[in-house]
Amino acid sequence: MSARTRQSFSELSARERARALLDPGTFRELLGPFERLKSPWLPLQDIVAQADDGVVVARGTLDRESAVAAAIEGAYQGGSIGEVSGAKIAGALELALRDCERGRPVRPLLLLETGGVRLQEANLGLAAIAEIHAAIIALRRHVPVVGVIAGLVGCFGGMSLAAALCSHLIITRQARLGMNGPEVIEQEAGIAELDATDGTDIWSLMGGEQRYATGLADALVEDDVAAIAVAVRNAFRSATAPRSEQVEEFGRRLAAIDAQAPPSPAQLRTLWARARRP
Amino acid sequence: MEQLKFSYPARQTLSRRVHVGVVGSGDLEVLMEPSPDGQAHVSVTTSVAGFAAVWQHVLDRFFSRFDGAAAIEINDAGATPGVVLLRLEQAAEALRE
Repeated sequence: MSARTRQSFSELSARERARALLDPGTFRELLGPFERLKSPWLPLQDIVAQADDGVVVARGTLDRESAVAAAIEGAYQGGSIGEVSGAKIAGALELALRDCERGRPVRPLLLLETGGVRLQEANLGLAAIAEIHAAIIALRRHVPVVGVIAGLVGCFGGMSLAAALCSHLIITRQARLGMNGPEVIEQEAGIAELDATDGTDIWSLMGGEQRYATGLADALVEDDVAAIAVAVRNAFRSATAPRSEQVEEFGRRLAAIDAQAPPSPAQLRTLWARARRP
Repeated sequence: MEQLKFSYPARQTLSRRVHVGVVGSGDLEVLMEPSPDGQAHVSVTTSVAGFAAVWQHVLDRFFSRFDGAAAIEINDAGATPGVVLLRLEQAAEALRE
């Protein structure tokens, strides 16, 4: 695809992302900014709250099938999950589950752009993330749960587990996926472990291409609205066993690693060569 | 953090509500909806305290060309006056679309 015809997805706001991926004209936002479901905790800590708490939930269709998208706004508080923003995602997934259980399938789409839990809301955010995890697992019995990590924040912390639980994960080269972000690793383990300013090193470890090459993401796509829209629709058609149900396979992969002499990113690609998923 | 309130006379009734922007570093969000009393009211929450006079100037300039009876909420994360004016004009333009 030529650069001229590409439209960057990662530069879109959360609302624009959800609108761009749902079938044209079907975007209908739930609990939008005028509902003013803000964080009650941030102003107490002298931080200005956003009217939608940084999460956009929208109903619509994907390939004319009923769908719900939850998109995180990475530009607001690093896409962090607080009590309200987490409850919006969990509530959307739980309502989709209820519809699925009543024989009305809803396609759940997560547009992830998040550093994980919002530290200012601590356990309330973590509790919401646990609800999101539980809802993803329950939904997977009925319908694939599809996640997209496009960048520029990436997906970290408790929400990296949500990404890992998705039936199908779509990622771009610009995106990063990991439990701890580079700054946290450097702060906790020292600069000899990881230099958080070394972009080349960081992307070789947790960048989208590496995550795809080692089988931790299912599709590697260009940062392009049309390419991601196609990948999302393909994902709902090609249901596969979620990674977290492939316990033996991933146990084998872990056993192949010598913790005393950890593999380089290139060696890991060989060790965990992209196997055909069942 | 500081909260500021401003009021302006208005002539036009708003027929819809619009939302633009994000509370990201150097940016702001604007929520604009019909005001019930025929006047324009602006409620600003900003991360940077001590700039009430600058807000007054920026809003004076915006309302010199905008006469909608709008209830406006601004949530600001340290935007410059130019960015504030652009976001307000973006919201006014969205009203006309």
